[in-house]
Amino acid sequence: MRSLLILLPLAGLILLNLPGGLLAGLALPAVAALAIFEIVLAVYLPTAAFPALEQVQQLLHLSTPLDSLARVLLLSIGIVMLASLLVLHATVKAQRRRFNVANVLLISLMGMNGVVLVHDLFSLYVFLEVTSVASFVLIASSGEDTGLEGAFKYLVLSAVATVLMLSGVAMMFLFAGSTDFSAVAAALQNNSGQLLLKIAIGTFGCGLLIKGGLVPFHGWLPDAYQSAPAAISVLLAGVVTKVSGIYALFRLGISVVGLQTFSPVLLAVGALSMVVGALLALRQNSLKRLLAYSSVSQVGYIVLGLGCAGMGGPAGKLGLAAAIFHLFNHTIFKTLLFVNSAALEQRTGTSDMSVMGGLGSRMPITSTSSAIAALSIAGIPPLSGFWSKLLLIIALWQAGLYAYASLAVFVSVLTLAYMLTVQRRVFFGKCREDLLSAREASGGIVLVEAALALVIIGVGVLMPYVMNSFLLPLKGGF
Amino acid sequence: MNALDVVLVAALVVSATMTVMTARLLRAVIGLAITSAILTMIMFRLAAPIAGVFELSVCAGLIPAIFISAIGLTRRLAAEELPARQQERLRRFWPLPVLLVLAIIVLTQWPLPIGLPDSQGPEPVTDLSTLLWNARPADLLAQVALLLGGAFAVVMLVKNVGREHE
Repeated sequence: MRSLLILLPLAGLILLNLPGGLLAGLALPAVAALAIFEIVLAVYLPTAAFPALEQVQQLLHLSTPLDSLARVLLLSIGIVMLASLLVLHATVKAQRRRFNVANVLLISLMGMNGVVLVHDLFSLYVFLEVTSVASFVLIASSGEDTGLEGAFKYLVLSAVATVLMLSGVAMMFLFAGSTDFSAVAAALQNNSGQLLLKIAIGTFGCGLLIKGGLVPFHGWLPDAYQSAPAAISVLLAGVVTKVSGIYALFRLGISVVGLQTFSPVLLAVGALSMVVGALLALRQNSLKRLLAYSSVSQVGYIVLGLGCAGMGGPAGKLGLAAAIFHLFNHTIFKTLLFVNSAALEQRTGTSDMSVMGGLGSRMPITSTSSAIAALSIAGIPPLSGFWSKLLLIIALWQAGLYAYASLAVFVSVLTLAYMLTVQRRVFFGKCREDLLSAREASGGIVLVEAALALVIIGVGVLMPYVMNSFLLPLKGGF
Repeated sequence: MNALDVVLVAALVVSATMTVMTARLLRAVIGLAITSAILTMIMFRLAAPIAGVFELSVCAGLIPAIFISAIGLTRRLAAEELPARQQERLRRFWPLPVLLVLAIIVLTQWPLPIGLPDSQGPEPVTDLSTLLWNARPADLLAQVALLLGGAFAVVMLVKNVGREHE
């Protein structure tokens, strides 16, 4: 059944571009239908699929069962794609541009699904490239100079990542004779002392850190997020960088290399990203840029949890579950914050916070949902972000990583500081004269804001249920 | 490594450097095609014929064709602008050939102390249909998506923008 997640976007792309443009008007509904299908499949993956689809699955080498991590990512991709489409519908009026963007969104969807589903290093690399190429085009799709500049920076750093990853794959292939995860894992075990293999893991890992926008490879990320059209920022910040960098890092660690091998590096990189991202976020005037640096910081938390997982034992398992839980939570609240930014941009024409103020009364749903997301990202109870951060800090403490645990608490305070600054500068106080005519964002955007805010509250309040049905399986699932 | 291999690697380095350093887009595309063609010969000599066929058809054929179609939609650089652009490019990239030559000297004189595996890797696949449909079908679909992505890039970033400017 899951082979459809790769085949359907490609088939959709071909059907939408049939000569005569017969189905061109169905571009947005088609992508939305695929996103909903993906959400349903992630939540309820049928064990008994149709025999014909089983054969296709075997043909595509996708027979390995999906683990909890892959399901979380598929669910995230579906949710964010749907949110991005609704924002696209609300912010882009030109039919031709909508159609073109929807086509590239299909390519992006196929690429991300491929990254999540494959169990082969070379295939992983190829699908990462598909996702990246779609991202370059989407970032630059406005046709404005800033968009082209952001896309170019992403392109250049992504090319560096490509070289590193491909070199890593080639070196691993030399030893394993295959690029299948299990074959490479076996070769790594049998040749553990080989310098070339250590270089291979290092180069592949560095490529993924670039794709994930982690410090010190984060230079491209704020420019790309800021310069991309609103709907694309939602997609990039919500899920693309997580699938391209962070999920692939999880997969490399869990299925190929073994997390304990590079646990100290992950802890250091995670902590550095957490602190540097938060400090840089404090200094921003542009809301989108601030949210981009906030992403760098929050992804640092996720990587810190992954590093903790490498310590092994019960603390390691809890660290892994916390990292995956925070990955999902971050997907939801960062998507919501970028949708809020799209709403503000739609009504004020800018994302510069220095020309905003007092919009809370004019845009009540946007301001309320923004406050919920801000409090969640800062780890305020009982919202979803509180629980994932709490679990992460407990795991770090149990693993004896007291300094990292303290740092995680300190960065939460910094996060609260810059997110409250956003609320004060944008929504609080008296409305500026030139913004008196501003009103709530259009229907599609408001719908996404309300739905995502409910998810944040729901996951937080229903934590005991989430713990039993979602987190405990994650702890034992690897 | 015999004399022919040395000639091929030297030609590869020269053509790749020229591709990066020229200020003319069309010449850069031709340089890319020549680089890929030389790389194809190296792949054949390394007993990787299928990789060579793909390098030749995709990297030396299809991709330059997409690039040329995109360049066809752009504005031509005025003749008087060209020398300044070329000078600027040479000024920016002159360390590249120097570094490449230095790297070749260092790597041939003092090879890296890394251990290569004893085995020669898997049996090479000689049947193209087996390779594509049995060994790497997911990659094949991804390649189709990549090419379509390139086509949409041309349509969205060059063709439509060109129309708007007109």
